Parts: sequence; C-alpha cells; structure tokens
Amino acid sequence: MAKADTPRNGFDLRRWWRHGDAAWSGIVIAMAFFVLVIMIAIGWSVWSASADSRAAFGWSFVAPTSDSNWDPVNSLFQAWPIITGTLTTAIITIFLATPISIAIAIFMSELCPLWLRQPLSFMIEMLAAIPSVVYGLWGIFVFLPKVVAPFGQFLGATFGWLPLLAGSIPPSGTSRLAASLILTIMVTPTITAVTRDVLLAIPNSQREAALAIGATRWEMIWQVLLPYGLSGMLGAIILGLGRALGETMAVTMVIGNNTVESTGSLLVPGATLASTIANEFAEAVTKLHTSALIELGLILFVITLILNMIARLLVWRVASLVPTDSRA
Amino acid sequence: MSTTTRAAPRGYIQPRAGFLYRRAVNVLMLTLTGVATLLALVPLVWIVVYVLITGGKYINLDLFVRMPVALGDPGGGVLPALEGTIITTVLSTLFSVPVAVLAAFYAADHANTPLGIAIRFGTDVLAGVPSIVIGLFGYALIVVPQGHYSALAAGVAVGIVMLPTVTRTTEEMLKLVPKSLREGSLALGAPEWVTSLRVVLPAAASGVVTGVMLAIARGVGETAPLLFTALGNDRYEVGQIITSGVQGHLPFLTILNRIIDQPVDGLTLTMWKYAQQPFPERIQQAWAVALVLMLFVLLTNIVVRWVVTRNRVAGH
Repeated sequence: MAKADTPRNGFDLRRWWRHGDAAWSGIVIAMAFFVLVIMIAIGWSVWSASADSRAAFGWSFVAPTSDSNWDPVNSLFQAWPIITGTLTTAIITIFLATPISIAIAIFMSELCPLWLRQPLSFMIEMLAAIPSVVYGLWGIFVFLPKVVAPFGQFLGATFGWLPLLAGSIPPSGTSRLAASLILTIMVTPTITAVTRDVLLAIPNSQREAALAIGATRWEMIWQVLLPYGLSGMLGAIILGLGRALGETMAVTMVIGNNTVESTGSLLVPGATLASTIANEFAEAVTKLHTSALIELGLILFVITLILNMIARLLVWRVASLVPTDSRA
Repeated sequence: MSTTTRAAPRGYIQPRAGFLYRRAVNVLMLTLTGVATLLALVPLVWIVVYVLITGGKYINLDLFVRMPVALGDPGGGVLPALEGTIITTVLSTLFSVPVAVLAAFYAADHANTPLGIAIRFGTDVLAGVPSIVIGLFGYALIVVPQGHYSALAAGVAVGIVMLPTVTRTTEEMLKLVPKSLREGSLALGAPEWVTSLRVVLPAAASGVVTGVMLAIARGVGETAPLLFTALGNDRYEVGQIITSGVQGHLPFLTILNRIIDQPVDGLTLTMWKYAQQPFPERIQQAWAVALVLMLFVLLTNIVVRWVVTRNRVAGH
C-alpha cells in the first residue's frame, strides 16, 4: 500500500482517485437534477414561446364559445372546438379501452396457464411498440375503409338521434370515431400492463380467503381483487387517458383535422390539440399562428402533466402498500 | 360492483342467487375475459400481417440506396430518410444515455432521499409527456435561437423521449446488483466512483444495454418530435457531404457540423408525408418503409426479450 502513496511520474494516483469521488458525486447529482430541469424547461419554453398568443387572446383562447373560430387567415384563434374534440375522443377511447384492458389483465393474471402469460403480455406490449405512424398508415388505407366507415354508417343510421352520433360519416371514414377506435387499440397495452401488475401484486391470501368461503372464481375477482386494486387501476386508466390525449401521428392521419367543427358528434371530422399542432405547424406563416399552436401545446402539457402526476401517485400508493414479492 | 358485497352481511358469504346461476355468471365472465384478449390480438395480427404482405410487395434495394425521384415518377428510394434516422438516433443516444445512466446511479443509490424520489417521479411523469410537446420544446430551445431546423435539434428532442426508458431500466438493473459486490470493491480500497464505473456498471451492463435498445426502438418510431426539429430534407446525403468535404480538405469538425447542422429527413417523417400524397408510387414506398420500421421495432423487442429471459433462466 505504501508504494501507492509515492507519486508515480509526478502523478499521485491515490489522490487523483480520491478526488474522483467528489467529481463523481457532483456529476451524478448534476445529471439527476438535469432530468428534473428538463421537465421545468419544457414547461417554461412552451409558456414563453406562446407569449404572443396569450397576450393577444387571453382567456378567450380557451373560453367555451359556440361560434368559435380557428382562422389562421384572419389571425383569429379560439381553441374550444379543438379542446372539446380532444376530450371527446380521449374519453370515448377510455370508455372502450378500460373494460377490454381490465378483462385482458384479469385473463393474464388469474386465468391463463403460466406458460402463456409471458408470450401473451409480450404480444400485448407489441401493440404499444408499433410506431404511431404505422398505425396511421394502416388506419387510412385499411382500418378506416374496412371497419370505421361501415361501422359509422351503421351507428349513424341506428343511433342518429343521439347528439353524439349525429350527422353522417364521410365515405373515407375520417372522423372522431376513427381516432377513438385507433386510440383504443393504442392505449389498451398501457392500461393492461399496469392493471396486470396491480393484480399480480395482490397477496394470494386474498384470493385464498375468498375461494375458501365458497366464492366462485369470478366472485373472487369481482368482489375481492378489483376493489383491492381499485386505486391502482384508476391510475392505469388515467395513464391511458394521458396517452390518448397526447397521441399525435395516428390521430392526425385519421381524424380529418377540422378545427372549427363544434357539434361534438363522433361521426364527423374533428381535431385534437396534438393533431392541430402536427398538421398546421409547418404551414404556419404568421408568428401569431405559430404562437397559438404552441399555446395548444401548453394546454396539452399542463393537462397531461397533472394527469400523469395523479396517476403515478395512485399507482405508487398501491405498489408501496403491497410488497411486490408477496405473491409467491 | 359493490351492490352484491353490500347486500351480504360482513363476515360470511350469503349467496344472493342459486348455485347454477353463480356458476353460469362465472363461466360467462371468465369466457369474456378470454374473448377480450383475443379481440386485442386481432389488430396486432392484422397490422403485422398486412404490413408484411403489402410492404413486402414494394420493398427493394433501391429504397435504401437511391435518392427520391420527382413526384409521380416510379422508382427511387428514401436514402435521405434512412440516413437522417440513423444520424438522429445516434445523436439522441449520445445525448440521452450518459445523462440517463448517471441519473439512474443517483436514483438507485439514494432511493429514499427527496431528490431520489423526485427523480423517479420526474422520469415517470416525463415518460407521459406527449412527444409532440417535446418536439415543441426542441423547436423553442434550438431551432428558434439557431434560426434553422437541424438534425441536432431532432437528436435532442428524441433523446428526451428516450430518457425515461433508459433511466428507469438502468435504475432497476443497478438495484439488482448484489450489495456484496459493491462492498467488496469498497473494502479493497477502491473509491466510490471506481466501484460504480468498474464494478457495479459492468455487472448491470446487459440490463442497461437492454434499456438502451428498447429506448432506441421507441426513438426510431417517433414522428411527432421530428416535425418541427428535423423538418425533412429529401436532398440530404451524408456520403456526398463527406466526399465534398474531404475533397475540399475541410477539417473533420466542419464536416461533422455540416452533417448535423442542417434539416434532415426521417423514415417516420417520410412515411407521414408520402401517405398523404396522391401518387401510388409514394404510398407504396410508405408501405415499404412501414415494413422496415415495424420489423426493426418488433425484432429489437423480441431479441431484447429473448436475451433477458435467457439471462434470467441462467441466473437461477
């Protein structure tokens, strides 16, 4: 050890090693902060880059109006139909995706044979791995003409008296319905994966107790497991909602990008916050138009930020209540 | 849901209906969960098979080695898009991996400190920020100050999209490294940073590489962050930039700067543009590109999964 104390080539290796520790922890802490700084920087940049639009329109940008305008030619921007379009597609998506996802999660965690569980969850995860733009291409040329257009015509003919299904779907199928259906496919893996983890984290004693007092398997799932994992599943659903709100490419390609449509019907072309940004950004010539599009991004950022924080807290709470290795 | 539970007095089960009815509900609902699972696999199989067949019809070597031809002409390729995607992916990996791995070291070592919790929470929330907002961030951060679109801006935006994936996987992998390894190294007199870099990181290396691969697969498939950062540039040709740079005896850094400091194309970006054009040749090329993208993403996931499973089995 003494040898190491003597400087070699005028370079004290041990001292250098020691000093490395301070530098190391400094770098590690800096990088750790950097991840947090990125979050703040994203918020700050969309806030400051939308300054023109916020100054020009104030709250009228997001205010509910029936005669709202999104008129780049006359530099008049009111985002209400875009906001409602976003919420409508996302909420319909969640209504469709939640029962399917929870059913899949139940099947994977409670019913399917062990050897099938891994391949099955892998295949469901693959649904999330396929790039959004591939969904869009498939949507335009296959899913819309083959499924959405006929389904939309049927809905319009049968339930046309509902305001939600008023009007008639264009022959190409581009509509909010198309966006909702594609989004349903895309958020199902998100909700399924988290719900499956929540179900798998529930201690086996809960299952055994329910079965021991004579519950059928379904009664065990419905009356014991689902209430037990409720807050975690709520987190999963909110995560899915966040993904549905922010999904861009596939939606842009199938929704029709009608930024002034305000009837709220599912069967007509509409627009979402993300699709409007993606569709118009390259064509925005005035500074105000760019700024207004960035303000849409700001709205989207704030909504998804809040939703994700709530969702993560819910999922984390379940994860910390239930030790993950309790299911032997 | 809770009506049945509430009706039964606490403490013992009181069937509200006959045994046969309960059995029937049981069988029906369990079958429905299976049906839902099959239902979810329909679009997966449909998309994969359709893209394989359609893309397979139109894929050819020209696609990867030729420049695009004029609108409406047959032939040509998407070389600029392929090169742009590679450059963007390299940049985003260089940007995100060091940051993510080092942040993961902090999160793994200080799991219960306020900053450690904040990082895990922050990365989870960052993973949920829509990628189009991250694209706007890249636009405001780099494109506006520089005054032009560039591969660099795209690399930063996609890097931020990749960041949470790499951080969380690395953190999980670092936590799996046995404490004894770490303590042994420290006991031998190695400082903290040598222990971290030479002992802990190599032990977790395969897991870290897994996370990086998954993040790359995600980054390659992203379109939204490229829209206002890379913009698109169907005249982009790295080979030509290098050749002309070398012939002009330009310094290496100048050539590098020319490669990353101008608008580039991307495979996803090209697909998006081609899909909206009324020319069948372009749409056919979009399908071929879709095939390439999908195969890359699926194969990466399959290989990663296979390696992880094999390691897990070998470890037991």
